[in-house]
Amino acid sequence: MKFGVVVFPGSNCDHDTLFVLKDVLYQKTVYLWHKDRDLQAVDCVVLPGGFAYGDYLRAGAIARFSPLMEAVREFAERGGLVLGICNGFQVLLELGLLPGAMLRNKNLKFLCQFVHLRVDNPETRFTRRCRRGQVLRIPIAHYDGQYFAPAETLNGLEEHGQVVLRYVDENGEPTEEANVNGSAASIAGLINRHGNVLGMMPHPERASEVLLGSEDGRLIFESLIQT
Amino acid sequence: MRVRILVSFKESVLDPQGQTVKNALLTLGYRFITDVRQGKVFEIAMEGITEEQARRAIPEIAGRVLANPIIEKFTWEILEEAKKA
Repeated sequence: MKFGVVVFPGSNCDHDTLFVLKDVLYQKTVYLWHKDRDLQAVDCVVLPGGFAYGDYLRAGAIARFSPLMEAVREFAERGGLVLGICNGFQVLLELGLLPGAMLRNKNLKFLCQFVHLRVDNPETRFTRRCRRGQVLRIPIAHYDGQYFAPAETLNGLEEHGQVVLRYVDENGEPTEEANVNGSAASIAGLINRHGNVLGMMPHPERASEVLLGSEDGRLIFESLIQT
Repeated sequence: MRVRILVSFKESVLDPQGQTVKNALLTLGYRFITDVRQGKVFEIAMEGITEEQARRAIPEIAGRVLANPIIEKFTWEILEEAKKA
């Protein structure tokens, strides 16, 4: 499988993501420069974490107007696989490929810590290596991660199984305390209706090797790779 | 022409930064304060278009780029001193 990792000015998880895909999981992986329009025939586009365009205006607000993002939108609309991690998730929201928006974390702090996530939909291209209800331990690192959407949007997301990952405690319970950034319905990861675009705030690329304290993030990439 | 655009959170969206500022003001003794909403101000200079064209372009710019309509609302005005000039 061929992956493309998008590089915006201010992306800072692009190298980590490429490393995991290429050197840990042995997949053909290329960088995609934000000013290009050519997706180089990749099978999956990954929008990495970081602070694209310094998060000026709003996180992801400027990045979404990059020439490459037009190609990514067309790619997604044709059914191409797109994974947005952290800042990449924010870009997908601003682009409108996923519904809702991000607000500053409820405690107004930048949160950099391991969290527990519950897989609420294992029947996606991004989570099929997981079990329903499986609890993953993956780190977050963000300032603007409080997911917000109007009530009717939230109802639609639940109804169609689009909430893929939720912040939970170690027992898999979505407690208020475990919902560290205050996200609506404890949403940590979201998929579009067609099932080809996933956004998640936690960083699976930071949890793909034993050395880094968790390998749970690999399940996301391995789900994509599995044929 | 100079235009001022104000972007702030919708009433339905919690504004934790505004709340924090409010609490700080209350702590300082400004007991009469009941609410604080924090927002963003954009002052945009324009030339080569009529006021009528600007009046059409401004809401488009604000709705498409400056504000995220899911969480934010905006108001705008053409600055008076610029109008006279």
